[in-house]
Amino acid sequence: MAQAARNLDAEPVEIELHNVNKWYGQFHVLRDVNLTVRKGEKVVVCGPSGSGKSTLIRCINRLEEHQAGDILVDGTLLTNDVKNIEIIRRDVGMVFQQFNLFPHLTIIDNLTLAPIWVRKMPRKDAEELAMMYLERVRIPEQAQKFPGQLSGGQQQRVAIARALCMRPKIMLFDEPTSALDPEMVKEVLDVMVELANEGMTMICVTHEMGFARSVADNVVFMDRGEVVEMAAPEEFFAHPKSERTRLFLSQILAH
Amino acid sequence: MSTTDTTIPNLTPRKKAELLAAAGDPEAVVAPPGGGGGPVLWVRQNLFGSIRDSIITLVLIVVLGWLGYNFLHWALLDATWSGTDAAACRANPDGACWTFIGEKYRFILFGTYPYGEQWRPTIMMIITVMMLAASCDRRMWNWRALAMWIVGGTICGILLFGGVFGLSYVETSSWGGLPVTLVLAVLALAGAFPLAILLALGRRSNLPLIKALCVGFIELIRGVPLISLLIMASVMLPLFLPTGVNIDKLLRALIGFMLFAAAYLAEVIRGGLQAIPKGQYEAADAMGLNYFNKTRLIILPQALRLVIPPLVNTFIGFFKDTSLVYIIGIFDLLTAGDSAVKDPAWRGFANETYLFLAATYFVFCFSMSRYSQYLERDLNKSQRR
Amino acid sequence: MAMQSTSGVPRPAAAKAVFWRDPNIRAIFYQVLVVAIVGGFVWWLVSNTLENMERQRIASGFGFLGTESGFDIGDTLVHYSPADTYARAIWVGILNTLRVALLGIVLSTILGTLIGIGRLSRNWLLAKICTVYVEAIRNVPLLLQLFVWLSLFRFYLPDKANAVDIIGIKISKKGLQFPVPVENPAYQWVGIAVLVGIVAAFAVSHWARRRQAATGKQFPTVWAGLGLMLGLPLLVFLAAGAPLQWNIPTLGRFGFSGGGEVLPEMTALLLGLTIYTAAFIAEIVRAGILAVNKGQSEAAAALGLRSGTAMRLIILPQALRVIIPPMTSQYLNITKNSSLAIAIGYPDIVAILNTTMNQTGQAVESTVLIMACYLTVSLTISVFMNWYNKRIALVER
Repeated sequence: MAQAARNLDAEPVEIELHNVNKWYGQFHVLRDVNLTVRKGEKVVVCGPSGSGKSTLIRCINRLEEHQAGDILVDGTLLTNDVKNIEIIRRDVGMVFQQFNLFPHLTIIDNLTLAPIWVRKMPRKDAEELAMMYLERVRIPEQAQKFPGQLSGGQQQRVAIARALCMRPKIMLFDEPTSALDPEMVKEVLDVMVELANEGMTMICVTHEMGFARSVADNVVFMDRGEVVEMAAPEEFFAHPKSERTRLFLSQILAH
Repeated sequence: MSTTDTTIPNLTPRKKAELLAAAGDPEAVVAPPGGGGGPVLWVRQNLFGSIRDSIITLVLIVVLGWLGYNFLHWALLDATWSGTDAAACRANPDGACWTFIGEKYRFILFGTYPYGEQWRPTIMMIITVMMLAASCDRRMWNWRALAMWIVGGTICGILLFGGVFGLSYVETSSWGGLPVTLVLAVLALAGAFPLAILLALGRRSNLPLIKALCVGFIELIRGVPLISLLIMASVMLPLFLPTGVNIDKLLRALIGFMLFAAAYLAEVIRGGLQAIPKGQYEAADAMGLNYFNKTRLIILPQALRLVIPPLVNTFIGFFKDTSLVYIIGIFDLLTAGDSAVKDPAWRGFANETYLFLAATYFVFCFSMSRYSQYLERDLNKSQRR
Repeated sequence: MAMQSTSGVPRPAAAKAVFWRDPNIRAIFYQVLVVAIVGGFVWWLVSNTLENMERQRIASGFGFLGTESGFDIGDTLVHYSPADTYARAIWVGILNTLRVALLGIVLSTILGTLIGIGRLSRNWLLAKICTVYVEAIRNVPLLLQLFVWLSLFRFYLPDKANAVDIIGIKISKKGLQFPVPVENPAYQWVGIAVLVGIVAAFAVSHWARRRQAATGKQFPTVWAGLGLMLGLPLLVFLAAGAPLQWNIPTLGRFGFSGGGEVLPEMTALLLGLTIYTAAFIAEIVRAGILAVNKGQSEAAAALGLRSGTAMRLIILPQALRVIIPPMTSQYLNITKNSSLAIAIGYPDIVAILNTTMNQTGQAVESTVLIMACYLTVSLTISVFMNWYNKRIALVER
């Protein structure tokens, strides 16, 4: 882990957030958030409900609009410019808590849709690509089924494969295991660990502390819209600096 | 594993944030940049959010302003309010003639009902509206409502017909206006209801012949326009009955209307029957209840409660549809209004009358539709709990 | 199976149930009972009717259809005169009903969709106006609205002598009169060009899909298709020397002659039906769009799809599944509600059969014909919409 961290400093910066602020009406959801993510880095974001974790990563691919501060993704500044947003979304994959597969399309069509319409890929190539990723997530036999016929764990793996089909440089995970039955969490986490080992840049909102410990280069703790603490996992879990972090960890690990 | 976030998985971050803000998180409320909320921000966001929105807003304001200005002048500023004949109105053709409504509203509301006796339908309407209002209360959804309607209905009948307690007898052919509309709507619903329940149960029955009969009846009625049923009722009912039996014209319309209502109500009730989980049927069977008791004690009470919101919507439809009796010459509210318009001494004031009629229908239908929306929300809430 | 049991335990004698407790026999009994009651009731009605008709000397049967009708019809799609038969008059009525229903379906779908989307607009004023429209229109009876339109026409439109003239289209109390081109042989070729254009547009869209599948290159199919369907006929028209001569309506002593016309009754009926039904369709469209989970558009956006593409490929296909069934019943409602024509003097099937009934006294036959016509139309629409619904639902599972 320490070695990985040393290597990282030499890598180029992929995502940079500088004093990002966001309000929902009167409600201040993000307060002066600063964050730098380098190529190949894995960041796990945790924090209590409503702390702004999801909002934070949804700002990175502009599903939400921030109102102050700068967000740079892969050298592109996020502004209202539609072109910029399109470029960034092409390079940033996202996995949702509720999977959000398209229920009216087969699994293979779910996977090939964006490559065909956004990357303008021939259908045959797109299908080959899709099958490759379905094999990676270990469900190639489900290609012709519809999302409704799959279990939650399978659906989430399809969702990961769907994002990967765009060959993104960065992957965002928004609580990918929170909507799953306990016995299905592992199959999804396994896929995510594999992806991490391949060197994908990842930001992952999750409460799976085991995953954070084994995979993350940095753990970010957020509360009330602020980044309270950011540290390497061994440091984060062993010696949390802030009282709020300690309280959160005691709640979440008290089993 | 965590429990903090997973308990409310379906909330968007925004919703979560709002919930927390509502819960009084002291640090949550800090003003956003630029204006700090208030009406200015609201107008900028909701009316002039983009160039396209701004254009739409401006165009709408101009059109609305023009329409509003002209309507205001016609209906209020330039309108004629006084006098007892059409002369003043004719001298002022650019304004509305409310004198006409003032002269004719009794006729529009009560038709040809004897002028001196019109207090009777007035009381009848007050009772009916009060009973409708009382029926909205959930505590009335049992035998109390039934008892109330039987007693109230009898009183209303006595008031309208007369012939007892020193009240002079008034034939149905002299009835008219709003009371007829109310009578048609309420009696059609009441009369159709038992038939509708039988039809709905029959349509869900396992017995093929009974099912076929019910499906055939429902689809036949729903497949043809109400007018054809009303024409059939007014022309063919006398043919259907044994020679010498004369059947009242209003009753004929009512029977046609009831058949129509039964088919539509049956479909609404069927929706309720379908919404009841299979487990309820199985539990009733397991308790050893026979079909009659199972239906009466377990299934219908639940199904009927579920269908009250769509039932109210269906009733709104019936209320509007009563206006179709105009075509077979029954003197309901619309017919009365139309007759007032055709009075040769008062030609040319149709718009005023139609506005008056539309307002009357609207008040009834809109309040009912509001009530059904409220019920639906309330029912959803209690189901989620 | 229990009969083959070798154990010595005697089987209870109840196995042979008394027949009135056998559910199957009971089922048959109930059905026979109900059918007998209903059948008896119908028989009673029929026998009464026959007796009454005999007493009133009304001949039963459909023989009257072949006799001369003797009444004129103001608005016809096919040639008709009072010398024609009742059957022909009824045919005119059916066509009139279908015309107003089809136009109403198309127009109210367009208007309703716009208003439904308007209610979801971020523009507060637009959303509020659409809400007010829906609430105001659907809480007032359609028949009253038809009266209002007709009355407004009579009140605000000028006399035929002072008809408003907009590029040759004359609007007055007499309705809408408009010029029609004088027939010319070149028009047949234009018509053929339209057909060729449609076929070519389909071919292009097929080719574009194939090419996209093979190479990934996209093609502006919609614009190309529109260009073909409109451009080709235009080219043919110009090549033929643009032969255009108008048959302009002129005001004579008995009203307008020449050109085409839409009578005010037809306009009021169509306007009323469209505006009334659009309020209901708006609610259906709005509910359909709201029914698609917000996550769907977010997922599409996260994949980099543009909002137009996401609407076409993700949102609309899902919203349609929710929209189609209630839309079907609205289309059926338009068709049935077009029968209100009788109240404002538009000669639809009900109005014509009602006249027929009054002239011939054939009440039973006329009513049966009305019902048969509507049942046919209703069934056709439901069959078509069910087929369409199945076709788009099939994609789901």
